[in-house]
Amino acid sequence: MAAKTAKAKKESLELEMLLEWYRQMALIRVFETNAEKAYQEGNIAGYHHVYTGQEAVAVGTFAHLEAKDHIVTHYRDHGHALARGIDPKRAMAELWGKATGTSKGKGGSMHLASRELNFWGGYAIVAAHISLATGIALAEQYRGTDSVTLCIFGDGSTNNGYFHESLNLAAIWELPILFLCENNLYGMWTPAEEVSAVRDMTKKAAAYDIPAKQIDGMNVLNVYQEMQEAIAHIRSGKGPYFVEALTYRYRGHGAGDIEAYRTKEEVGQWREKDPIVQMSRYLTGERGVPEARLEELQAQVEAVVAEAVQFAAESPEPEVESLWQDIYAKPFPDSMSHSQGRS
Amino acid sequence: MAVKTVLESVHDTLWKAMEEDNRVVIMGEDVGAKGGVFRVTAGYLEQFVENRVIDTPLAELAIIGVGIGMAANGMLPVCEIQFADFIHPAFDQIVSEAARIRYRSNNAWGCPMVIRAPYGGGIHGALYHSQSVEAFFAHVPGLKVVIPSTPYDTAGLLYSAIHDPDPVMFFEHKRTYRLIKGEVPDNLYKIPIGKADRKREGRDLTIFTYGLMLHYAIEAAERVAKDGISVEIIDPRTLVPLDIDMILESVKKTSKLLIIHEDNEFCGFGAEVAAIVADKGFAWLDAPIKRLCGPNVPAMPYNHVQQEWFLPGVEDIEAAIRELAEF
Repeated sequence: MAAKTAKAKKESLELEMLLEWYRQMALIRVFETNAEKAYQEGNIAGYHHVYTGQEAVAVGTFAHLEAKDHIVTHYRDHGHALARGIDPKRAMAELWGKATGTSKGKGGSMHLASRELNFWGGYAIVAAHISLATGIALAEQYRGTDSVTLCIFGDGSTNNGYFHESLNLAAIWELPILFLCENNLYGMWTPAEEVSAVRDMTKKAAAYDIPAKQIDGMNVLNVYQEMQEAIAHIRSGKGPYFVEALTYRYRGHGAGDIEAYRTKEEVGQWREKDPIVQMSRYLTGERGVPEARLEELQAQVEAVVAEAVQFAAESPEPEVESLWQDIYAKPFPDSMSHSQGRS
Repeated sequence: MAVKTVLESVHDTLWKAMEEDNRVVIMGEDVGAKGGVFRVTAGYLEQFVENRVIDTPLAELAIIGVGIGMAANGMLPVCEIQFADFIHPAFDQIVSEAARIRYRSNNAWGCPMVIRAPYGGGIHGALYHSQSVEAFFAHVPGLKVVIPSTPYDTAGLLYSAIHDPDPVMFFEHKRTYRLIKGEVPDNLYKIPIGKADRKREGRDLTIFTYGLMLHYAIEAAERVAKDGISVEIIDPRTLVPLDIDMILESVKKTSKLLIIHEDNEFCGFGAEVAAIVADKGFAWLDAPIKRLCGPNVPAMPYNHVQQEWFLPGVEDIEAAIRELAEF
């Protein structure tokens, strides 16, 4: 009976919406592949973490969000930025450190952001953004809006003090915040089970009496349906909600990861649950979408990403002057200028 | 104008600023029902709605982290850290997020928050209730650091800090709370952040100091005045931004500089002032720049003899003035 209802629910979803989710996931996948290529070619530097494999979590969750909602996330943020609608050209340019990037080259891979989209960005101090998100939600509650703040973090964050202090506050103040733990099984190179006293992260939310559930994060339809209840709960003023999405990063922690901590078999097992392949099968099978339609979408996102790479390559470097800009709302007097002695 | 203590000045300014603008909220440990450990916010919970006077758990990193989120999302929070010594768990939030959010977002977001913290010794608070922390934060571009020393400055600077578009560290010397009294206008007024104040006019040497030491320096200057030594005292009021022009102007006139703070000497704020004056005022100096500071020990001890030894006193300042005047 329950299975039948779920099936009926799935079938009631509009096909255009599903195709859009497919397109978003494909865009993220192609974007990340090209970002890795640019990294290998030396055009992107520094610390680079791709979202490949985790696409369904962002796409299925963000489908519920409105313009007034906020997203605050961790450093593996390319997929989140694209799912929220950041222009792939500006995202790619930021990875290249160019003046046309979302942070004009100041941020790079881990700090994509857009105020217009209430996308606060990736934060590179693990768990530190959880308290920021809690404050954003508190301000919305104070103003009496029904805005939802989505805070995304990994399994590693749940062992950190920020996580615990913030969940406690969100619970006692009944804040409109969705804590989304993307459990991809590894905190950098360390298996989550070795450093967390519990394997089921929802138990940590239970410690603060926050309603919580663990979901399959590899299937976008499932993510969408599971999130419905959580978002509705928060938007109706009932306080925070915690979701642990089980997912997997195909490509290691970051660029240059030799992945000695996991087996090829394990990676292979997760790849069998690939979110894009699952969606493709569902669309061409149960929903009767012709293969050609999906190929057309694939070609479309490949063109978008190729254009983004070209845009990044051709964009100018930021002016050196911008180093001293936006430190304060108004610059200090010349006598305190930080550029003294250097020009 | 009424005569108020530093404490009353904070209490009344914050109160009026909250009455004037409902974006201003206060949060911290025991700020509500208890009225704050020093009674700075006594009576607030009765006057303002509960969601503007927010009692928090003993969780400093969350107090500051949440404050940053509120500030960046349209509010004007004033977060209280009960003692400056307790601020360290929140150091990451202040340095990594509050100071950086405007820079990392190219001005898309700012962080108009105030972090108030009572600091300093002389109250037998011992190892974890006596510390001076200003140098840690003065080092961080993106933050402003304000240290008022009189009731008048406290009111004007606090009101400016609340409406400043950037994060302001607002350190109140806890020994001055009830000790120092002065006239304070009844209305809200602003003292610009970044303007020093010449607390005493003099010819023979310049003292740069703030907090409790400012009051000790004034007393010492009055003692030596009887012997014809004329001391000028510059109170920076804000360490960041620093009013370098006023310091240089004074040194140009007196040719001698004595820097006093109770924070320990090594890499203390005085080191920066000495470096600036050595660089830009070298030609005017008739003596080495001198520093009179707390000793380089990990914290202020409890024992009264040790505490007194840690804190520069009026006699120590008087001796330092006489020595430098004779150079």
